Amino acid sequence: MIDWLIEPFQHPFNQRAMLAALLIGFTNGYASAFVVLKKSALKVGSLSHALLPGIAVAILLAGLHDWSVFLGALFAALLIGLGSLAVSRGSRLDQDSSLAILYTAAFSGGIILLRRLGVTQQMDEWLFGNIMGLRDADLWTNFWISFGALGLLTAMHRPLLMTLFDSEVATTLGVPVRALNYLLFAVLIVVLISSLQAVGCMLALGLLVTPAATVYLLTDSTNALFWGGSLLGGVASATAVLIGWHLNLEQGPVIVLVLGAVFLLSFIFSPKYGLLRTTAAKRQTH
Amino acid sequence: MIGTTTEFFMPNTPHDACAHCGHHHELRVEHLRVRYRELRALDGISFATSCGACLALIGPNGAGKSTLLKAIAGLLPIESGKIFWRGTQVAKWSREIAYLPQRENVDWQFPVTVRGVVSMGRYPQAGWWRAFSPTDDAAIERALTAMDLLDLQHRQISALSGGQQQRVFLARALAQEAHVLLLDEPFSGLDHNSKASLAHTLRALTKEGRLVVASHHDLDTVRDIFDEALLLRQHGIAFGPVAEVFTDALLEQTFNHPPSVGKEVA
Repeated sequence: MIDWLIEPFQHPFNQRAMLAALLIGFTNGYASAFVVLKKSALKVGSLSHALLPGIAVAILLAGLHDWSVFLGALFAALLIGLGSLAVSRGSRLDQDSSLAILYTAAFSGGIILLRRLGVTQQMDEWLFGNIMGLRDADLWTNFWISFGALGLLTAMHRPLLMTLFDSEVATTLGVPVRALNYLLFAVLIVVLISSLQAVGCMLALGLLVTPAATVYLLTDSTNALFWGGSLLGGVASATAVLIGWHLNLEQGPVIVLVLGAVFLLSFIFSPKYGLLRTTAAKRQTH
Repeated sequence: MIGTTTEFFMPNTPHDACAHCGHHHELRVEHLRVRYRELRALDGISFATSCGACLALIGPNGAGKSTLLKAIAGLLPIESGKIFWRGTQVAKWSREIAYLPQRENVDWQFPVTVRGVVSMGRYPQAGWWRAFSPTDDAAIERALTAMDLLDLQHRQISALSGGQQQRVFLARALAQEAHVLLLDEPFSGLDHNSKASLAHTLRALTKEGRLVVASHHDLDTVRDIFDEALLLRQHGIAFGPVAEVFTDALLEQTFNHPPSVGKEVA
């Protein structure tokens, strides 16, 4: 058992992968509390898909560099997010529909473009992640993104929770509701980009929803939602890297699968809101 | 029970409640016109009331009662007209004006405790991240005590009854040290005892010098709870003491005639 835990660490790429999984999982877990409370998982999912065409265009314009991938992804997500807002305001369509149209169209364009650019191998990484391929520089980028995102989210914790609870009352108390909403989405986009290397843009949503959603079924405490989500995100991701290494599976999907398994357990067995508990309670009332 | 004593709920802090100040602060609305989702929801609303009053907004569904409350709270852009509180025009928001939404519009599953909601009222003082000062804590404590919520303060809001939910909102307004309380249908969905208790609380709040403005749809209870009424149906139809405006003719005009017959009241 101990060997099972220790052996993988003898390889430097495993050490990096573990560290990255902890870091990315922790940050995503913390941010996932906001996604769950805002009930905006689908919106965030759309934005995660919008990263890919951004990368494609950036490579076309500036070539393949770390910074071009990062900036391209960032601008594409912002553009599609704000674009959907503009479309919904300028027509009778709601924002979710506008967002769906924009991101699927952009995603399709991105796929075609990336194939034409001949970066098919990297495309797989951007879609599903490749945490074993991380370099030291990537680790540092992830560290600074996590640091900044956690700092910002913690700093705006109080007004943000008020906004999520009741945006109208928050407005009457002087909370800058609209600015906070934009800021939250900007931070979420950056967090998505940071998880790109670990789980890719197809799976990023799993990491940015499941941790807090799982904790949400276990407790009513807001603090537990944030810190429990972070802890679960970090530990589950690191465990998944170990499992993936031993079973020779791709780490990205394993991370999301492990999180999904933990969620299923809490969905069924949660002492407070679990399926067993709620069906038992229902039977009692009959 | 809440408010069974004749004592005031809260000590009289500056700009809080002004029963002892000897002067009355005025809320004045002049020729207010507001659009809501492309439609003109309010047109030509004018009235003036002052603290110590308990004002009912009366009108059929879609008359613009909620819109008027939101406009005073600074939540909706005003097309034309003016709203003055204590002589100055109400800008976007004011710490002295508290807005209490309809209970049906609130997500009661949100993971937050009673005390958590009440302490939101201290945001104007505490800001983004400053820890609550002893003054903040004392205000929260006073508000919880006044609304008889001390025993429930650590309970999740999802586990509250309708009457308790309404008291949590009122406690938040008290923690905010609000002077004007804008309530959207506070009595709807409450059981008989909670209604009586809430009516008692609102009257006690006005007695200590606050101004209560509430939309209200139950015509039978208006006389018992409120002392002023604004009848409206997009236009203002009548405004004044309940005894004067609550007449069959004016109610008929408010509820049964097309909106065009409403005339502006000064």
